[in-house]
Amino acid sequence: MEGLTLSDAEQKYYSDLFSYCDIESTKKVVVNGRVLELFRAAQLPNDVVLQIMELCGATRLGYFGRSQFYIALKLVAVAQSGFPLRVESINTVKDLPLPRFVASKNEQESRHAASYSSDSENQGSYSGVIPPPPGRGQVKKGSISHDTVQPRTTADPQEPASPVVSPQQSPPTSPHTWRKHNRHPSGGNSERPLAGPGPFWSPFGEAQSGGSAGDAVWSGHSPPPPQENWVSFADTPPTSTLLTMHPASAQDQTTVRTVASATTANEIRRQSSSYDDPWKITDEQRQYYVNQFKTIQPDLNGFIPGSAAKEFFTKSKLPILELSHIWELSDFDKDGALTLDEFCAAFHLVVARKNGYDLPEKLPESLMPKLIDLEDSADVGDQPGEVGYSGSPAEAPPSKSPSMPSLNQTWPELNQSSEDTAIVHPVPIRMTPSKIHMQEMELKRTGSDHTNPTSPLLVKPSDLSEENKINSSVKFASGNTVDGYSSSDSFTSDPEQIGSNVTRQRSHSGTSPDNAAPPPPPPRPQPSHSRSSSLDMNRTFTVTTGQQQAGVVAHPPAVPPRPQPSQAPGPVVHRPVDADGLITHTSTSPQQIPEQPNFADFSQFEVFAASNVNDEQDEEVEKHPEVLPVEKASDPASSLRVAKTDSKIEEKTATSAPANVSKGTTPLAPPPKPVRRRLKSEDELRPEVDEHTQKTGVLAAVLASQPSIPRSIGKDKKAIQASIRRNKETNTVLARLNSELQQQLKDVLEERISLEVQLEQLRPFSHL
Amino acid sequence: MAVCVAVIAKENYPLYIRSAPTENELKFHYMVHTSLDVVDEKISAMGKALVDQRELYLGLLYPTEDYKVYGYVTNSKVKFVMVVDSSNTALRDNEIRSMFRKLHNSYTDVMCNPFYNPGDRIQSRAFDNMVTSMMIQVC
Repeated sequence: MEGLTLSDAEQKYYSDLFSYCDIESTKKVVVNGRVLELFRAAQLPNDVVLQIMELCGATRLGYFGRSQFYIALKLVAVAQSGFPLRVESINTVKDLPLPRFVASKNEQESRHAASYSSDSENQGSYSGVIPPPPGRGQVKKGSISHDTVQPRTTADPQEPASPVVSPQQSPPTSPHTWRKHNRHPSGGNSERPLAGPGPFWSPFGEAQSGGSAGDAVWSGHSPPPPQENWVSFADTPPTSTLLTMHPASAQDQTTVRTVASATTANEIRRQSSSYDDPWKITDEQRQYYVNQFKTIQPDLNGFIPGSAAKEFFTKSKLPILELSHIWELSDFDKDGALTLDEFCAAFHLVVARKNGYDLPEKLPESLMPKLIDLEDSADVGDQPGEVGYSGSPAEAPPSKSPSMPSLNQTWPELNQSSEDTAIVHPVPIRMTPSKIHMQEMELKRTGSDHTNPTSPLLVKPSDLSEENKINSSVKFASGNTVDGYSSSDSFTSDPEQIGSNVTRQRSHSGTSPDNAAPPPPPPRPQPSHSRSSSLDMNRTFTVTTGQQQAGVVAHPPAVPPRPQPSQAPGPVVHRPVDADGLITHTSTSPQQIPEQPNFADFSQFEVFAASNVNDEQDEEVEKHPEVLPVEKASDPASSLRVAKTDSKIEEKTATSAPANVSKGTTPLAPPPKPVRRRLKSEDELRPEVDEHTQKTGVLAAVLASQPSIPRSIGKDKKAIQASIRRNKETNTVLARLNSELQQQLKDVLEERISLEVQLEQLRPFSHL
Repeated sequence: MAVCVAVIAKENYPLYIRSAPTENELKFHYMVHTSLDVVDEKISAMGKALVDQRELYLGLLYPTEDYKVYGYVTNSKVKFVMVVDSSNTALRDNEIRSMFRKLHNSYTDVMCNPFYNPGDRIQSRAFDNMVTSMMIQVC
């Protein structure tokens, strides 16, 4: 076959026809019978038809492939225009009108006979009606063609020469004029699609000019809403195409439109024929739909919920089953709500249905919501399928692509899902609060206490943030509840100050009590502590609320070794730590505080103790001497803590102690905690008991000996950071330990259960 | 490939039941009906088990000489029962699961339709198409 160049309109038209003939949906070969019918409908003499078939190669091949079909169509056009049939002519003849076929669908005829009869005029004008795009106008095309067919039905050859003769008025030339009309789409987009069927419609259009009925039909297309609420629509003839063609008649049409359904049938027919794609929404229609949408949902980018849509469409008095089907088709993303596009599609389908069009099985592409990947949907809709719409993807309604999230129908729920939460990371509030609080307290304290108020304060915020982050990441896992605990420890000494500070930072609710709080638990209970020791600490500390911190602080003797130096098991720990720190560095709690939140308490306590509370002072005094020994003790304690197991923790405390010492605060504090935890864990799990006991002993000693919170004023940031790091390590170690212990716990519980079961089983036997 | 697909409501009345036309449909209806007992038994056995996809799929309810019956229950106690022909090379379990998943998805689409009243028979064409595809595909 020679290369065939087709214009857009021709392409569309031909593909329509191809689909029409392709009743077996092979998409490749058309049935000869249909093709022959089509050619007969072209009203060409038989020999011409034969010649065409030969030329296109169908006779050679024995079937009509797509290319053959197209060539044949082109030749038909050539023949109809009066040009000699030659192979070259398919490409050489320019501006060839589209081939015209007189539809001779008997079924269509019957279908529309009734409705059509009233509009015989219009129909007549339809002479040029092409076989309605397959599937498209079930009714409409039929009716239209019906009319034309009727007069000439069998007489295909009757008007070989005047294909477009419409009985009523269409002068033979009308089609031509029409064609021109159509070719130059005067109307909106809808015109374009018409291009294909243009010629066909042209007669129609012509007829219309003659008869308002035609227009009426047309307008009917834009669903003449039978219901009142839809009446408005009728007034706005969507028939842009028709209008362009027959502006005058349009008005008539409007009136006619609202006429009986018979006219609507015609209109529908017209309509379907008017577009290439009968489901295309004209501009007026779209405007109408948009207005209706606004009445329900003022925001054009918003959704109409299912219930509102249900009410609205129920007004159309269509059976629920059909409405349900329309909904299925139009709710593209299956979210139970309609966007503007979906709503327009649904409305359009309802209108079409009311006008007698059958509902398609699949959503026609022109009705598909324009999503970002329009092409996909376009392709999808391109299947001739049952609908047989021409693939005119691009021309789909100019709908904006609303926020339709799902591009494919396979993604129903995407609708607004957008931001999802992605939970991200647990917001570390809890953990840090203790730190924050502590730091805040420290800050406050320092501020109030004057001792290096600024330095620690300055340091604190940054540290706090670091700590917070760290803590959150590390501690969060351990989920310690110790925050309150820790905070209480540290803050007890300085409730007011703390309070204010706390508010400054994001104070954890747990810790906020600091303000007035009873002895806040050590700043940050290590993960291990959180489980057990923390509780203890809490208890201990809560008891001591209001009491001097010192007392409380000094108290947690049995606090398990603090896994991390940073963890200030309790004020006591802190204190001793601070004391140590102080001793070593004579400095400032504030500095210590920044290093580790846990320790912050201590340092604060230290300061506070030193400055405020008598007891504390005493404590401090006590602590001081103890600091050293405590430090030493804490060293081993911290070193102990470092060990993975309980031992690790103790080691850590020991190590942390030194760190603390350097920092001056925390090391001591942690030790007691870990120790305590150890104890608890021992209770629960035998395994580490031995280790623990040893360590606990050490730690306890350490703790006891550490009365005050060493405050090392001269702490360098590095030391602080080092201690932070150590604390973090301790944290992780403890967390791991915690999880292991929990696992052990689970195992033990399971054993217990199994044992109990066995017991149960054995018991009956025992009775025997 | 399924020879019969049924959707049973919570109250154990059918919302949708469709059989491959070749067989005596009544027989399949009866099989589905009897399988409801098995489904209920499995549901109650689950007890408080966390309901996730795994538990939604009940698996083979009972085999007969010619057919196998599989069950699936949703969180709202809507049951899907599928009868498959044993003559097919045994469908793998995950194939059955995927078929149920598709059924479930289509079912939820039907539910999303505001015009569908829960408890009505399912008359959605899309659902029908999906079931048809399931019935045809594997055979």
